[in-house]
Amino acid sequence: MSLLALAGIAVRAGKRTLLEVPELEVVEGEILVVLGPTGAGKSTLLRIMGLLQRPDAGGIAWRGEALAWPPPLEVRRRLAMVFQAPLLFSGTVFDNVAYGLGLRGERGAALRAKVEAALAQFHIGHLAGQRATTLSGGEAQRAALARAVVLQPELLLLDEPLASLDAPIREHLRDELKSVIRERRTTCVHVTHELPEAFTLADRIAVLAGGRLLQVGAPEEVFHAPTSRTVAEFLRAGGMLPAEVIGTAAGGTTVRLVGRERTIAPGARIGVRPAEDAGLIPGDDAENMRS
Amino acid sequence: MSGIAQAAQAVLAMRGELAGIVGLSLLVSGTAIVVAMVLGVPAGIYLGLHRFPGRQFLVTLVNTGMGLPPVVVGLVVFFLLARDGPLGDLELLYTPWAMILAQIVIATPLVVGITLAAVQGLDPRVHLQILALGASPAQHYWKLVQEARLSLVAALAAGFGSVISEVGAVMMVGGNIQGQTRVMTTAIVLETRQGEYGMAIALGILLLGLAALFNWLFTWVQQRVKE
Repeated sequence: MSLLALAGIAVRAGKRTLLEVPELEVVEGEILVVLGPTGAGKSTLLRIMGLLQRPDAGGIAWRGEALAWPPPLEVRRRLAMVFQAPLLFSGTVFDNVAYGLGLRGERGAALRAKVEAALAQFHIGHLAGQRATTLSGGEAQRAALARAVVLQPELLLLDEPLASLDAPIREHLRDELKSVIRERRTTCVHVTHELPEAFTLADRIAVLAGGRLLQVGAPEEVFHAPTSRTVAEFLRAGGMLPAEVIGTAAGGTTVRLVGRERTIAPGARIGVRPAEDAGLIPGDDAENMRS
Repeated sequence: MSGIAQAAQAVLAMRGELAGIVGLSLLVSGTAIVVAMVLGVPAGIYLGLHRFPGRQFLVTLVNTGMGLPPVVVGLVVFFLLARDGPLGDLELLYTPWAMILAQIVIATPLVVGITLAAVQGLDPRVHLQILALGASPAQHYWKLVQEARLSLVAALAAGFGSVISEVGAVMMVGGNIQGQTRVMTTAIVLETRQGEYGMAIALGILLLGLAALFNWLFTWVQQRVKE
């Protein structure tokens, strides 16, 4: 079932289009990873999905219901977001993790039990009474994740929350995060520019570059069958080889590739991987290849 | 030494009147700074958070207001409250209310300006983070007040310091009437003019002492909220 759906989204700065997403859907229960290089518009897209930024065009639907702007508070409270920086508030780690529950009117023993469970899940139970400003980078990001996860959001949005951490801590926390999300069966949109992070976490991957949504699909599909050169290059598909169209006939298009001619049926995709003597290679544009 | 002895004698002789003067000073300036905080903190947060046409003009106005000469404020409030002024019917001129009003005009831009700077000094993503955890607009503002509380105590201290020590505005709109609108600063001016230097010195020391006491109090609060 569709949890959140974007349609015809555009963000502009003057005449320049910063983000263009004709269609994107988050399906309940999945981890959707938005993958793309720095400056691709990933964070802008996530802010729109988090109902924190109004797009210049397009609509957002929550569980099939179109949302007006500003979105109702009760819908906003079904979402939670974690940013790249932990952005912890003043006060203790416990205060931070309890903050969102407090906003929702939770108090007393029920609140305490939930906060303690979340702290334990991220292995920072012993830091509950410590001032948030004194935490290390890894501890602070664990607290930030616990602060969002404790709300049991229907949709959890993660904006490169591991990007600022050192490699060993990042890998460890990535595994922990995945197990927590799976355990709580939380629907999640995770933004990253790191390929290992994307392929470790994703049920589906949406590739974004230059503000445009280039491809959405299962990790294997995106990896093995990139639909454009940009996606292939970003996924490090290997060196690009020139291809020459020889002719077109009823059976397909004949191309010369690495000195060999091949006839490709309409709709087919070809490519090359370094380990293979012939294989996958997207052209300048997959659409052109198909024609 | 003889000056100090003279001052002590003067204080003892006039302790009843002196208590009234000190009490009125604290009442007028205390009320003014409370109102200035109530008006200025939300205004500063709003200016810090939102972009709208005319915002730059308002920010310039606030910055100018932060350095308003009290005597000019007194003049404007005087004309507002004068018998034939727009608020003349209220008959507030030469009452403590007029003095409070003038001091509100002096303190509010300071509070707005310091709050605005504090909100703009916060990481912009903090606003998004607060909203992303499900805060309503009112909860968002309240969290910002909590996060910027060190600066807000500074705004309180700066605002109170400016009004407790100003003389021009309260002199113009209060009139320095004995037992009614005489405050510490206007009393110092009067006593000096009359050659009652002992009393003037005593009042000066008292004013300095009070300013130091409140500054210590604000610093103590600031340290407490920092922890």
